[in-house]
Amino acid sequence: MRVTVGTATATTPDTDDVAANRRPPPKRRQIPWSWRKATPYLLLIPAVVLELLIHIVPMAIGVWISFIRLTQEYIQHWSSAPTAGFDNYRIALKFSGPVGKSLLHSFEVTCSYTVLVVAFSWGIGLVAAWVLQRPFLGRGPVRTLFLIPYALPIFAGVIIWNFMLQRDSGVVNQLLVNDLHLLNHKPFWLIGNNAFFSTAVVAIWRQWPFAFLMIMAGMQSIPNDVYEASAIDGAGSWSQFFRITLPMLRPVNTVLLLMLFLWTFNDFNTPFVLYSMSVPPSTDLMSIHIYTNSFQVWNFGYGSAMSVLMLLFLLLVTAIYLPIANRRSRHVVL
Amino acid sequence: MSSYESRSFRIFRWVVIAVVGVFTLIPLYTMLVSSLKPLGDVGSAQSFKWWPSHLTIKPYFDMWHTIPLATYFMNSIIVCTAATVFSVIIAIFAAYAVSRYEFAGKRFFTTTVLATQMFPGILFLLPLFLIFVSIHNSIGLQLYETRTGLIITYLTFVLPFSIWMLAGYLQGIPRELDEAARVDGASAMGALFRVVLPAARPGVIAVAVYAFMTSWGEILFASVMTSGNSETLAIGLQGYSTQLGVYWNQVMAASLVVSVPIVLGFLVLQRYLVAGLTSGAVK
Repeated sequence: MRVTVGTATATTPDTDDVAANRRPPPKRRQIPWSWRKATPYLLLIPAVVLELLIHIVPMAIGVWISFIRLTQEYIQHWSSAPTAGFDNYRIALKFSGPVGKSLLHSFEVTCSYTVLVVAFSWGIGLVAAWVLQRPFLGRGPVRTLFLIPYALPIFAGVIIWNFMLQRDSGVVNQLLVNDLHLLNHKPFWLIGNNAFFSTAVVAIWRQWPFAFLMIMAGMQSIPNDVYEASAIDGAGSWSQFFRITLPMLRPVNTVLLLMLFLWTFNDFNTPFVLYSMSVPPSTDLMSIHIYTNSFQVWNFGYGSAMSVLMLLFLLLVTAIYLPIANRRSRHVVL
Repeated sequence: MSSYESRSFRIFRWVVIAVVGVFTLIPLYTMLVSSLKPLGDVGSAQSFKWWPSHLTIKPYFDMWHTIPLATYFMNSIIVCTAATVFSVIIAIFAAYAVSRYEFAGKRFFTTTVLATQMFPGILFLLPLFLIFVSIHNSIGLQLYETRTGLIITYLTFVLPFSIWMLAGYLQGIPRELDEAARVDGASAMGALFRVVLPAARPGVIAVAVYAFMTSWGEILFASVMTSGNSETLAIGLQGYSTQLGVYWNQVMAASLVVSVPIVLGFLVLQRYLVAGLTSGAVK
């Protein structure tokens, strides 16, 4: 679960300060002034050290690698690799060349994949949460069942789908061809263009329960009297959904859609486990593309340049998305 | 309550549950039923059978011998438990600082930490590996291809989100509680451990569930940072695919066995996770 979310709650709400000012300050033990000031920093040391070592410094090095010619021959003494200036970027972005062309293709595949997976994960999660909003007989077991794909370890879930999507021994073809006769012949699901949709279905299967979970939680915070008042006014289940539920879910949806977008765009696990190391071109997501170029072709300069471009794209989308998403709500996310 | 619901909505509800339920269930059923099949039933030329030609629990015994599953299991348990424990402790300190103190650089800290969550893992996979190699070359501490390196990596990955969830949770605990403890003579640490933490237990559980689940399923870094005896389940399970074919019945049995603890744990504790997630996002 890799997420970006708001800092709105991480800062102290103003109301607390107001409340603290209203009453006389409580008597405190005399602690030397400097210690009082240092306490928060001391508390943060472990987190800061780890973040620096594992996140910030590697990222800086990653950016630096994108400006050098780090190939297999330099990997043992990587700091002495020759500089490349913007060459790695130039080659990656030269869309007429083979490297740039495949990167552009990978970017397009990733965008379609992201749109498809996020739309369906969110849509299924929303509808499922909606029909489970009110108590009814069997609600508990249904809810539990729906959460299982999310709780299942990623690799286990994807391995099951790999078996299901086998051409001759898989349950998907058994169902579509032999049982329901929807197709005349057994298609290959894990090669060619079908692979794109197979990967997307697997990702949706894994991810929609998270949307379901978040939206269910969001629905719990909608006060009941809003529904009661609208029911007195004659609103039915359907119009309540569009007039009350959806608008009031806006803060949750803002965060949720961003989380789903970032996860899906960065998705590596689904294609990696589904295809091992032979991912079909139709489902060559950017993480996979970069991984293959770095660890199979052994050109880490390109790999890092492409990672940096990917990060810049994600930052750009987030920077455009958040102000628009927040415009009409008071919630400040990030 | 339910009197508001129209008949059409009730029909709609059960249609949705049926469709989504089938989509959810087929993979789970496939896993269970295939794990109870003899190897002959799951060969690559065999078409899928909805029921085994004869029921057998042999795959559940064989799976331990085809690959060193027990070793992978132990590695996963050790790595995930250690990463969870350390990340929870570190997140508690950081979240307490963020939620209870005003200090210069606070906004910078929270923003930076959360922004790291946006970075593609692939960007720092290689640099981190190179750093681990350099640490080994300079001070002799081997972090790659060991569980220690994986623990440090995972605990850092779950840290930002853990801090965010926990800070949201601590925010909801009245400051008067720790101030009262401070008046009674407790130190900052005393107030944190004796007063704030007990009140924040659901938030701590939420962070632990999240950290453990995330580590248990992590693949990208495990694929580069481990090999042989340090492999975790996420990587080790691929060992059932051999040149001769795949022991699908054993794969399914192993998948089931490694999933059951985590699924049960999640289902028992998920209400805490929901509370933790929403303490920030929904408020």
